[in-house]
Amino acid sequence: MDVTKLTIKGAIQSLKKKEYSSKELVQGCLDQIKRHDATLHVFLTVDEKTALQNAQEADELLKQDITKPLLGIPIALKDLYTTNNLRTTAGSKIINNYMPTFDATVVTKLKEAGAIIIGKTNEDAWGHGSSGENTDYEATRNPYDVTRVPGGSSSGSAVAVATGMSLAGTGTDTGSSIRLPAAYCNLVGMKPTYGRVSRYGIISMASSFDTIGHMTKTVYDNALLYEITAGCDPKDATSVDVPVPPYTKLLEKDIKGLRIGIPKEYFDLQGMQKEIQEVTQTAMKDLESLGVQFKEISLPHTSYAMACYYILVPSEISSNLSRYDGIRFGHMRNQFGAEAKRRIMLGTYALSVGYYEAFYKKAAQVRTCIKKDFENAFKEVDVMIMPSSPTIPFKIGEKASDPLAMYLSDIFLCPVNIAGIPGLSVPCGFTQQLPVGMQIVGPQFSEERLYSLAGEYEKIHEWYTHIPNIK
Amino acid sequence: MKKIYEPVIGLEVHVELKTNSKMFCGCPADHFGKEPNTQTCPVCLGLPGALPVPNKKAIEWCIKLGLALHCTVPAESKFDRKNYFYPDLPKGYQISQYDKPLCENGWIQINDRKIRIRRVHQEEDTGKLQHIEAEGQQVTLVDFNRSGVPLVEIVTEPDFHTIDEVDQYVKQIRRIIRYLDISNADMEKGSMRLEPSISLRVSGSDELPNYRVELKNINSFRFVRKAIEFEIKRQSEILDLGETIVQQTRGWNESKQVTLPQREKEEAHDYRYFPEPDIPPMRFTNVFVEGIRKQIPELPDAKKSRFMKTYNMNESVADILIQEKELGEYFEKTVRLSQIPPVIIANALVNQSMDIQNVKPEEFINVINKKQQEKQVDTGVVETAIEAVIASNAKAIEDYKKGKVSALMFLIGMVKRELKGKGDATTIEIELKKRLA
Amino acid sequence: MQSKKITIDVSHTAKLANLPLTIAEENLFSNQLSSVLTYVQQLAEVETKDIEPTAQVTGLVNVFREDIITPGLSQEEALKNAPGEYKGFFKVKSIF
Repeated sequence: MDVTKLTIKGAIQSLKKKEYSSKELVQGCLDQIKRHDATLHVFLTVDEKTALQNAQEADELLKQDITKPLLGIPIALKDLYTTNNLRTTAGSKIINNYMPTFDATVVTKLKEAGAIIIGKTNEDAWGHGSSGENTDYEATRNPYDVTRVPGGSSSGSAVAVATGMSLAGTGTDTGSSIRLPAAYCNLVGMKPTYGRVSRYGIISMASSFDTIGHMTKTVYDNALLYEITAGCDPKDATSVDVPVPPYTKLLEKDIKGLRIGIPKEYFDLQGMQKEIQEVTQTAMKDLESLGVQFKEISLPHTSYAMACYYILVPSEISSNLSRYDGIRFGHMRNQFGAEAKRRIMLGTYALSVGYYEAFYKKAAQVRTCIKKDFENAFKEVDVMIMPSSPTIPFKIGEKASDPLAMYLSDIFLCPVNIAGIPGLSVPCGFTQQLPVGMQIVGPQFSEERLYSLAGEYEKIHEWYTHIPNIK
Repeated sequence: MKKIYEPVIGLEVHVELKTNSKMFCGCPADHFGKEPNTQTCPVCLGLPGALPVPNKKAIEWCIKLGLALHCTVPAESKFDRKNYFYPDLPKGYQISQYDKPLCENGWIQINDRKIRIRRVHQEEDTGKLQHIEAEGQQVTLVDFNRSGVPLVEIVTEPDFHTIDEVDQYVKQIRRIIRYLDISNADMEKGSMRLEPSISLRVSGSDELPNYRVELKNINSFRFVRKAIEFEIKRQSEILDLGETIVQQTRGWNESKQVTLPQREKEEAHDYRYFPEPDIPPMRFTNVFVEGIRKQIPELPDAKKSRFMKTYNMNESVADILIQEKELGEYFEKTVRLSQIPPVIIANALVNQSMDIQNVKPEEFINVINKKQQEKQVDTGVVETAIEAVIASNAKAIEDYKKGKVSALMFLIGMVKRELKGKGDATTIEIELKKRLA
Repeated sequence: MQSKKITIDVSHTAKLANLPLTIAEENLFSNQLSSVLTYVQQLAEVETKDIEPTAQVTGLVNVFREDIITPGLSQEEALKNAPGEYKGFFKVKSIF
């Protein structure tokens, strides 16, 4: 058993066939952590003892041929996910000693599905970032090139999956935070429709943007987790009561004739690296062989998306972080990291008397325009495709001193959160031995369509087999 | 020369609803006297990741109160975040309502005037603070049992001009709230809180003063009265000197018998309101709102008019019978169950402190009948007494014929004296009126 | 469109946000925030007359819960992470 080559689908079959036990599987992941975590800085908390105990219990159930969707499968949780009795830090020093007394709804669902929680992963503190460098701890490294960023904010979860430290990594996506690390680490990353997955117990960044998703090696694995996490939650008033389809059973859907939109504003973008454009276009040619149709569409308000995002999101952040006052938990507010302080102040300013109309309200109106852009486009096409990032994974420190430059790297990803629609990043090739991802976007609750297309493409190129050679 | 000033007073009333659970979570709402921090959960403690879900009943009750106060219920409403920092506010913001309250533009009749009600809206309560010395240090202790309890806020326009009007308003509002059975509205226990705003203008002026002083954290109506009185005096003195009054928040200091400025913890009230993203907006159909309106029982004013009309009751008696909804209901039940004239039952209820919780109407009827019998006197004896009184009280008769009600009372008293306490006042009144017609 | 440079009163904003800052932080943030705010100004170019602001992308309305009591935290659990505690209360330095 080589954990670096496993998929969940494969592991489930192997556990069934008794090729190895859950305990061995979990131990394999723990060993991989011991091997590489000091270099890669993936985990903030490893729950070794409990994980092995749970693996043992899983093995008992497996012996009795009891089936649960994720029985015995080790997963890693982003440290924004509240876990009962397991330290939860949000990647921040302010709650570096916080021991929650309840599980997030999604955590309960994953536990009930039999998953084994290996530990809590590193991230940009509070979700504030696209590279992983804004963690209050050591910055996570990209396993394909340890001098480069793995993408963020769900940086640790991405690297955990890419290196076999776990078979799935959960994350949150408010502007890019699942899809970008998925693209930079050669993974499938799902950003759900807003409201599809419960936010209860996931530390809030921007309440009307936050989505709760996950990263895996393959499309099937991703769909499997989604079947478990999706669904309405009475504890989350913004979760939508739409039935959850059996995503794994719908992967073989016929995609002939699927109309794929290419947003012309995205491909016209200055600052897009030539190689990214080339790799993505090659991937699109491969898709053509599946019988899909491409059509150029327009998203006219694209150039305003980042400005809109960087008013609304910090505004909600500034309010959501007010509860960290050192009274019921955590430390004093002066211990917030620089990026958190920046966003809190940006948001406080945008909401304050005299500026609310020109900033917050205006941005909320532009949000409506951007949402409408997508709705109009989806009248002509079924999905859209674009690169997940305009650049290859950048070097650590390259953008750290220029927050604005960092913000602008999310240009293809943020508009999707503004509109509340789903986005799936899938590996589509390599350049300079670094992974490139492409994003498939659809209207609300169209995830089946995204999975079908991604699944068919994966059959042509199994990019997930290109595992990193960690130096 | 001293000017005459007219007080311009507005009132904010906060009412804790007596729902089973809190406004945004399932913790018990009844927090009075409980051990600290024993009725909390991640939501009302503001723990990371917790999310609010609104209590349907609380919203219905807020609308019910608004309708009882003649408000309109707009088709669309929402919650907003009111952002500020204070140790009793766990999230660092209060979920409240800003520009789309549940109810608006109502009124209530006080004497011959209408007091306009600007809005009735829904919000959540904060935790409770205590300042003590512990282990040699000055500390602040926080209990979050009260955090998240549903609050309704009733805001008037600055339409009050006397303390008496404020007094009557508070009594009326309290009565209506208790008739609706949505809160105990008990000032001592904090389930009703008053925040008057006071300013002065020169008598005869129509304009609103350009400042106001808010009074907060006063937990009895007696102290609120004193505070308002003191404020009026304090502000007059400042204005007489030609100086301006500082706009501020003040509290009542009972030992010094003065109002004193309270320390403000937020900068210049910049609450940075924005729509609460964790709670979808609300839309109400006419059918829904009318459904709530139907749940409103007969309210005090309507009951009083009806009692006076139907039972030929005089106003002072009716006033007492409508104090508590249960008292009025008890009265009517007794009337239904017996043949005794309602006026007699009413007077009996008013004059004797009946334990209506423990004495059933049927027993009460027996009590009245017994008393009647004790006072029983021959009609002939009564008539003789009446003649005697009429003969020796010509002036009173004249006054009565002129319309003086007090003269009638006097005559009844004289007849009772003649009868040495026997006889029933109501019957005597009826007979006297017949004789003098 | 030539964006007018926006300067932010960092000290005032930090106070509103209850964020104690050092002088060095104030200076650093002043420049960084200024450049972000100057960038976002371009939204003024967008025609938004009669456009409703979006606060909720789900389209949900009237999401409520029934008025029933559900289990919460024990006193011990509530106080579990408290930096300061006294006889069942959360304890902080006096605010006066």
